[in-house]
Amino acid sequence: MTSTTLSPVPTAAPARVSGPAAARARRKRVLHWIAVHCVAIAVALLFVLPFVFVFLTSVMSDSQAMSGDLWPHAWHWENYKAVFATDGFLDWWKNSLLYAGLGTLFTVCSAIPVAYALAKFRFRGRRTAMILVISTMMLPPQVIVIPMYLVWAQQFHLSGTLWPLIIPMAFGDAYSIFLLRQFLLTIPKEYIESAKVDGCSELRTLLKIIVPMAKPGIAAIALFQFFYCWNDYFGPQIYAAQNPASWTLSYGLESFKSAHSVNWNLTMAATLLVMAPVCIVFFFAQKAFVEGVTLTGVKG
Amino acid sequence: MALTLSSPARRRLRTLGFLSPWLIGFSVFFAYPLIATVYFSFMHYNQIQKPDFVGLRNWKYVFEQMPLFGPALWNTLWLVVVMVALRVVFGLSLGLLITKIKTGAGFFRTAFYLPYLAPPVAATVAFVFLLNPSTGPVNEILAHVGITGPNWFNDAAWAKPSLVLLSLWGIGDLMVIFMAALLDVPREQYEAAELDGAGAWSKFRYVTWPSITPIVMFAVVTGVVQTMQYYTQALVAGKIASGVSIGPGSVIQPGYPDHSTLTVPQLVYSMGFQNFNTGAACVLSLVLFAIAMAVTMLLMRKRSGLLAAED
Repeated sequence: MTSTTLSPVPTAAPARVSGPAAARARRKRVLHWIAVHCVAIAVALLFVLPFVFVFLTSVMSDSQAMSGDLWPHAWHWENYKAVFATDGFLDWWKNSLLYAGLGTLFTVCSAIPVAYALAKFRFRGRRTAMILVISTMMLPPQVIVIPMYLVWAQQFHLSGTLWPLIIPMAFGDAYSIFLLRQFLLTIPKEYIESAKVDGCSELRTLLKIIVPMAKPGIAAIALFQFFYCWNDYFGPQIYAAQNPASWTLSYGLESFKSAHSVNWNLTMAATLLVMAPVCIVFFFAQKAFVEGVTLTGVKG
Repeated sequence: MALTLSSPARRRLRTLGFLSPWLIGFSVFFAYPLIATVYFSFMHYNQIQKPDFVGLRNWKYVFEQMPLFGPALWNTLWLVVVMVALRVVFGLSLGLLITKIKTGAGFFRTAFYLPYLAPPVAATVAFVFLLNPSTGPVNEILAHVGITGPNWFNDAAWAKPSLVLLSLWGIGDLMVIFMAALLDVPREQYEAAELDGAGAWSKFRYVTWPSITPIVMFAVVTGVVQTMQYYTQALVAGKIASGVSIGPGSVIQPGYPDHSTLTVPQLVYSMGFQNFNTGAACVLSLVLFAIAMAVTMLLMRKRSGLLAAED
C-alpha cells in the first residue's frame, strides 16, 4: 500500500486497475524515466561543456586566459573585435565563402544529371558505373594528390589559389552523386512516364518534374558539400598554403594560434567564429541535414 | 518525339550526355592521377629535374628504410581499430538512449548532434585548449576532485586517446544513422518478445541486433575508410600542442609528441610536399589506396545497403 502513496505519478483514471502489481509496473516506469533522463542530461552536459568553456575563455582578459580560471572576472567582448582586426581574417572569410559557395553550386549542378541517369536510366554498364562512383567516394584524397598538384602547379600555374579545389567540383563529386541517386530511387517511375506521355523530353522531365520533387535530397547534398568545403583543411593546405591571400578560415585558424601563441582568449574567440556559420546554417536547415545523414545509411 | 526517344543510338547518346560531367571528372581527376601515382612510384623525381626511372628503389626504401613508415602505419592502424570500435559502440548507445527519451528529445538530439558540426580544425584547437595540461579546464576540474590529469596531447601515450575523445565528441552522424535504424525496427517484434517474457538484453540481442546489423556493418566499413584518411585532427593537434610556429616552407617533424600522432596520410604530405620525395610519397599513397580498396570491396560484397535498392 505504501508504494502507491509514494508513487510520484498521480493515479489518472479511477477505472484503471489498481493493486500492488499495477503500482509496481508504474513505479518501474517512473524509475526508468528518471534513469534515462539522468543519463541523457549527464551526456548532454559533456557534449555542451566544451562549447561553454571555449566561450568563457574567449571573453577573458589576456592574463586570465593563461590562468586556470573557469569563469571570467570581467567580460572582454573587445576580444572579438581584435580577432576581426587581425591581418587577413576577413580575407579568410571571403575565401571560405568563395570556396564553399562556388564549390556547392558546381557540385549540385553537375551531380543532378549524373545521379538522375544512374537512378532512372537503364543502360549497359550501369552497375559498373555505380561501383566506380563508390570506389571514388572511398578513396583517400591523399592517394591522388601528388600528380594532381603537379598538373595544377606546372601546367596551369594555379597553385596559390583555391581554383584547383573548386574547378573539379563542376565535374561531379562522387559522394553527392551517390547520395542524390539514393534519394532519386525513391521517386516512383510513374511520374517520369506520365511526363513522357505528355511529350516532355528527358531534360525537361528532369528540370520540371524531378528537380522540384528532389528538393530535400538536393538540399542535403548542397549542405554536405558546403560543410565539406568550409571544413576542408587538406585541400587549402596543398594549394593555398604558399599564398596567405588565399587562405580559408579552416586553414587560417591554425596559423592564428601560432601567431597568438599565448593568447588562448583570442584563439578561442576565433575558434567560435569559425564554428558559428556552420551552426547557424544547421539551425535553419536542421531537417534537410538530418535527412541527409540518414540517407547515407539507407538500407537495401 | 516518341519516335526519337525509342531509337537506341539516341538513347545511348542521351545517357552519355547526362553522365558526361562525371565521365570527364572520373577520367581527369581520378583515373589519370591514379595512373600517374603508379608511374611516379617507379621514378626518382624531385619536382624540378625530369623524372628518372629507378625501378623498385622507392618501394624498397619505404618498406625497408624509411624510419617513419613503421610508426605512421602503426598509428593509423591503432586509430582504425580503437577509434572505429569505440565510435560504433558509443554511437549505438547514444542512438538507443535517444530513442528511449520521452521528454525533451529534440533538445537532447541537438545537443548530441551539434559537436559533429564543429569544423575539425576548430574542434581540434578547442580540444587542445580544453585538455592543455597546465591550465586547461579539464585538468583544472580533475584537480578539484583530487585527480592529477594526464598530459593529454603533450604525452606520447595519451595523444592518440585524446584524439579518440575528440572523435567521440563528434559522434552526431553515427548517432542519427543508428537512431533512424532503431526506429525502423517493427514495434510488433518487441511486443511479441515481451509476451515471451524476454528481458531488455534478450530483446536487444534477438530483435534489435539482427535488424540493425547492416547499418552496424555500414558504420564499421565507412568508419575504417574515414579513419584511414585521418589527417586534419592529428596534424593540427600535434602542431598546436607542440606550440611550434609554422611559417610556410618551414619543415617540422610531424607527429608531435614522439611521432605518436603521425598518420600515413601525414607522411604522404610531408614526403611529397616538404621533402619533395615524389617517388616515396607515391608509394605511400598506393599503400593507402590498396588498403582502402580492400575495405571498399568488403563493403560492396557484404549486404550493407550501398548497392542495394537497385530497382
